[in-house]
Amino acid sequence: MDELDRAIINDLQGGFPISEHPFAEVAARFNIAEQELIARIASLLENKVLSRFGPMYHAERMGGSLSLAAMKIPAEDFERVVGIVNAMPEVAHNYARDHILSMWFVLATETSQAHAEALKKIERETGYAVYDMPKIKEYFVGLQLKA
Amino acid sequence: MSPESPIDEIDRQIILATQSGLPLEPQPYHAVARLVGVSPEEVMARMRRMLETGMIRRIGAVPNHYALGYKANGMTVWDVPDEKVDELGARVGALDFVSHCYQRPRHLPEWPYNFFAMVHGHDKPEVEAQVCQIASLLGEADRGHEILYSTRILKKTGLRIGG
Repeated sequence: MDELDRAIINDLQGGFPISEHPFAEVAARFNIAEQELIARIASLLENKVLSRFGPMYHAERMGGSLSLAAMKIPAEDFERVVGIVNAMPEVAHNYARDHILSMWFVLATETSQAHAEALKKIERETGYAVYDMPKIKEYFVGLQLKA
Repeated sequence: MSPESPIDEIDRQIILATQSGLPLEPQPYHAVARLVGVSPEEVMARMRRMLETGMIRRIGAVPNHYALGYKANGMTVWDVPDEKVDELGARVGALDFVSHCYQRPRHLPEWPYNFFAMVHGHDKPEVEAQVCQIASLLGEADRGHEILYSTRILKKTGLRIGG
C-alpha cells in the first residue's frame, strides 16, 4: 500500500458518486487513469485492506431486523460453535472478544420473526444461550478511519 | 421483505446485485442495470433515492481496521442511568474516535451495561486513553464499564438479504 492507496482509501470512505463514469470522476481527483483506480481498488479488496466497496445498506430501513448477540462459549468448544454460527447466512459479522461473553455476532434478517427463528436455531444447534442485544437507540454510526 | 417494506421488487433486485459490492468496471451502474434488467438511469435514480432516505447509509469503501493499523478495536460498554443515556449517548457519539454508539438492553444480573461505544486505536494504551475521555464525559453517570477487545474476526461479510 503506497501513499496514493492511502489517499484513495481516505477519499472513498467519504463517498462514491452515482454517475455515468464514477471511477473516471474519482480518478481525475488523483490525476490517474480510470483503469488505474479500478485496479487499485481491486487490489486493496484482494489484499483485504478494504473489506467492502459499494453501497452500505441500512437494514432496518429496508424493513429488516439487525441485532447484536453474544454467547458465553468455553474455549474448548469455541471452534465447533464458530462453525455453526458462521454457517448461518443471517450472521453478517462475528467477533471473538476477551470476555466471558466470548462470541459477539451481528444478525441481519428481513423480518423480526426470522430473527427470532435464527436465534432459536443457534441455541438449539450449539446448546448455549444467546444474549440478544438489539439496539434500542442509535446515537452515531460512521467514523472514517484515517489510512 | 415484509409487506410494509418501503422498497419494491426492482429496489430489491438492485440491493441483491450490489450488496456484496459495486462492479469494478468503468460504468458500474450500467452493469447493475444489465443484471436487474432496467435502464442505467433508473438504477441511478433509485440508488440516489435510497441514499436520500437513508436506506443506503453511504456508497464507498469500508477499510479493514486491522490492515490500516488500528489493531486495538474496543467495544466499550457502560452502565448509565436510563434517564441519562439519550443525552450522554449523543455527546459520546460526537467524539472523533467513536465509530458506533448505541443503547442496548441489559441482561441482569450478569450484563448490567446498557450503552455501547466502539472505539478504535493503534494500540491498547490509545484505546484506554479514549475510555478515560468517555468516562470523564459521563462523570457520575458512569456506574461501571468494561472494554471488550476483539481478538479475532470470525466472519465479516456485511449485511445480506436473501435471493
